[in-house]
Amino acid sequence: MAQTGTTGDKVFRTVLFITAAIIVVIMAAMIFMMVWNSLPTIKTFGLNFLIGREWKPAESVFGALPFIYGTIVSSVIALIISVPLSLGIAIFLVEQAPKKIATPIAFMVELLAAIPSVVYGLWGIFVLAPFVRDYLGVFLEKYLGWLPLFQGRLTGIGMLTGGIILALMITPIITAVVRDILEVVPTQQREAALALGATKWETTQIVLGNAASGIAGAVILGLGRALGETMAVTMVIGNSPQISASLFEPAYTIASVLAANFAEATDELYLSALIEIGLVLFLVTFVVNAFAKLLVSRVGKRMHA
Amino acid sequence: MIFTVVLGLACSGQPLGQSNGSTSTGGGEIRLQGSGASFPKPIYEKWVNEYGKINPNIKIDYQSTGSGAGQKAIISKTADFGASDDPMSDEDLKDTGLLHIPTVLGAVVLTYNLPVLKEPLKLSPEVISDIYLGKIKRWNAEQIRKDNPNVNLPDTEISPIYRADSSGTTAVFTDFLSKTVSEWKEKVGADKQPSWITGVGVGAKGNDGVMGQVKNIPNSIGYVEIAFAKANNLPTALIRNKAGEFVEANLDNISAAAAGSVAEMPEDMRVQITNADGASAYPISSYTYILVHRDQSDAAKGKALTDFLWWAIHDGEKFTKDLHYASLPDEVVKKAEAKINSMTGGGKPLRQ
Amino acid sequence: MTTITAACAVFAIAVLLIILSYIAVRGLSSISLQFLIDTPKPVGEGGGIGNAILGSVMMTLLACVIGLPIGIGAGVYLAEFGENLFGKTVRFLADTLIGVPSIIIGIFIYTLIVLPMGRQSGLAGGLALAIIMIPIVARTTEEMIRLVPNSMREGALALGAPQWRVTWNIVLPAASTGIATGAMLAIARISGETAPLLFTALNSRFYNYFYDQPMASLTVQIFNYATGPFDVEHKMAWAATLILITLILAINILVRFLTRKRF
Repeated sequence: MAQTGTTGDKVFRTVLFITAAIIVVIMAAMIFMMVWNSLPTIKTFGLNFLIGREWKPAESVFGALPFIYGTIVSSVIALIISVPLSLGIAIFLVEQAPKKIATPIAFMVELLAAIPSVVYGLWGIFVLAPFVRDYLGVFLEKYLGWLPLFQGRLTGIGMLTGGIILALMITPIITAVVRDILEVVPTQQREAALALGATKWETTQIVLGNAASGIAGAVILGLGRALGETMAVTMVIGNSPQISASLFEPAYTIASVLAANFAEATDELYLSALIEIGLVLFLVTFVVNAFAKLLVSRVGKRMHA
Repeated sequence: MIFTVVLGLACSGQPLGQSNGSTSTGGGEIRLQGSGASFPKPIYEKWVNEYGKINPNIKIDYQSTGSGAGQKAIISKTADFGASDDPMSDEDLKDTGLLHIPTVLGAVVLTYNLPVLKEPLKLSPEVISDIYLGKIKRWNAEQIRKDNPNVNLPDTEISPIYRADSSGTTAVFTDFLSKTVSEWKEKVGADKQPSWITGVGVGAKGNDGVMGQVKNIPNSIGYVEIAFAKANNLPTALIRNKAGEFVEANLDNISAAAAGSVAEMPEDMRVQITNADGASAYPISSYTYILVHRDQSDAAKGKALTDFLWWAIHDGEKFTKDLHYASLPDEVVKKAEAKINSMTGGGKPLRQ
Repeated sequence: MTTITAACAVFAIAVLLIILSYIAVRGLSSISLQFLIDTPKPVGEGGGIGNAILGSVMMTLLACVIGLPIGIGAGVYLAEFGENLFGKTVRFLADTLIGVPSIIIGIFIYTLIVLPMGRQSGLAGGLALAIIMIPIVARTTEEMIRLVPNSMREGALALGAPQWRVTWNIVLPAASTGIATGAMLAIARISGETAPLLFTALNSRFYNYFYDQPMASLTVQIFNYATGPFDVEHKMAWAATLILITLILAINILVRFLTRKRF
């Protein structure tokens, strides 16, 4: 944009520059605060913090593995449920449904994203957890109970319920991004395939193939969101720092332990341990989201190349 | 510019950088912020409500955040008073200038979700310990049946619920188990946030949280302050005490537990009364404390605080019965009075 | 194949409707004028969410007063001047900030504001919400401004207007609907946040008209009532949720209405 060089312009640009710089300052301050406050734990435990399985504040023993495990497993369960679901919805909306139906349905799926986390948690405690306990869990135990995944005490509160609620929360996000990506695929591609005699479904498969990296990006974006989800998970996951093969057992995620225990960490090492876990979560979501963005933006570039 | 003006108008006159324990707000209204244990939450909420009716310009806000958070809040001065069932350790108390003022007596009960049972369960410390260590897994286990010969215990899995947060209630509960079962003392110990055996049970936050989980999860068992179990109409177990009797958690038995140790109560009133002597003593009883700084930096707030505390240990005690707390023994009230009288504001005693 | 994908869509809609109907059915019975005005009382004595509603409004307002100017300003900068390295960095960091779990922002504000101030406060809560809002508003503003056709800018420049006038008087008004809808979505988003308020604003049993005391909020209150044992409190949680959801859905529907394609 050409500069016209008047003082008005200089002032204007400076003011805007400051507002933009505030974002940089916030990020820098946040990273600094977390690293600084993590130092005591880093000094005491080093890398063993990340693989330590014991979390016992009374003895000042802090190992973050149960939370890392809980965060990853609940997110993986969420992806396993959500990805096929989101793809199905997105394909339906872009490739198959007539505009008249697609628009309102798309809107309603987006509304799922607008529901606050604590509301999902409320619904999770009083509707989903009893459902898992009385129906879904019983079903899984009956038919798949030979897997260690579905053995053990079924209370409705645990890793499985946490994963299901996350799945519901990230579906609208993945759906929205996949929709955008599929819509970016030029119509000529579809027309070319059809002209060559492909069926509708085969055409869709070709489109999906082209958008593959973008879809991967959407999935990873959903993952990033699942990793950081706090309230809904805290309310249904059982808050138990254990590593168990059974999905029925309670678990703990990084975000949940922060929400539950931050206010009461009295000694410096405990507080520092919690902040270091927060730092781990921050770094992981950072990498995941950056990677996702990269994949998604690549698709856009390829399509319009 | 507009922003600073707006911000200026947005503050209640309490200078930034000074904690709640300092200058009072303008307009004759005094705000006190309390934070801590969920154990006494029902009675404290009742008290601040009733006290607010008598003294409408003193606004006391109690937030139940857990004993650990309460201790942290009063030490870091983000609250005017803290609340904790677990008296602070020597180490934590050192150099803080904090006083422990006991307010009521309560009991930690074992409550359970077994609607098929018609009578209360009898539980011995060894059984409780084994349940929470994960050694007893089913309700119809032999050890439980032994103490409950006439009860038709179902063949279902037990879901123990424990406190995931730093809890005075946990400290009292584990103190009892550590005194009575050496295996517990070795493996888990007594603390606000002890080393629970991983894989046993669901963690919840606050007495409310534990109670909520017990209500929602069939065949579960949890330890809570008795007020919570009673308010939710769930049964409470009879626990075997030091004298070998299975006693119910009722006000007489709680007071009996305190009676024995009143004479030997230490000067700073920090004491655990679990597993007390006496045939009718309920073995998991506990005082609960309000933590305050002896020297209050804001005299006006300090006066309001001492007035409230004085009211609480005298007039407030008449609200305890309905909420299933036992009132303080007379001798303890006298000692608490002395502590309140010793509080100063700016060097001068707050109560003349 | 279409049946499978259609089934997926139906499933998602069903989940939405199930959740909304539970909220409506369980929440409606507890809503009364008293409930909307009262403060919390000891269990069994009634009580309401009046102070929580006010607290949420006050903190959201503070977040807007701080977050909107900064966010929109940053968005304009990125759109008009942001092709340099600095702009790229800001864009990247803004996207990163959007992805930071909100509990971490709460922890950040706790160390930055709550500890030095000596207490939790509505100010800290509002600031945490502002930090969440800024990058969202910045990026949507940037997108909206980029959509303004260059012909408009060039026309004004050709008439001799200085750069800043072009942006202020031509571009911004043209993008205003888009910026407004972006802001509204950000408001809807922060109205539903709980985690960042947990240790910054804490909670309160009173009406607070000033920002430097702990402040109640709808979301934290819902969390407390939902995780407690008392059935009366559960009912209040559903009712409070009904209020919150109505507000958020209203904003979303309004935005959809404003951005509908007119052809």
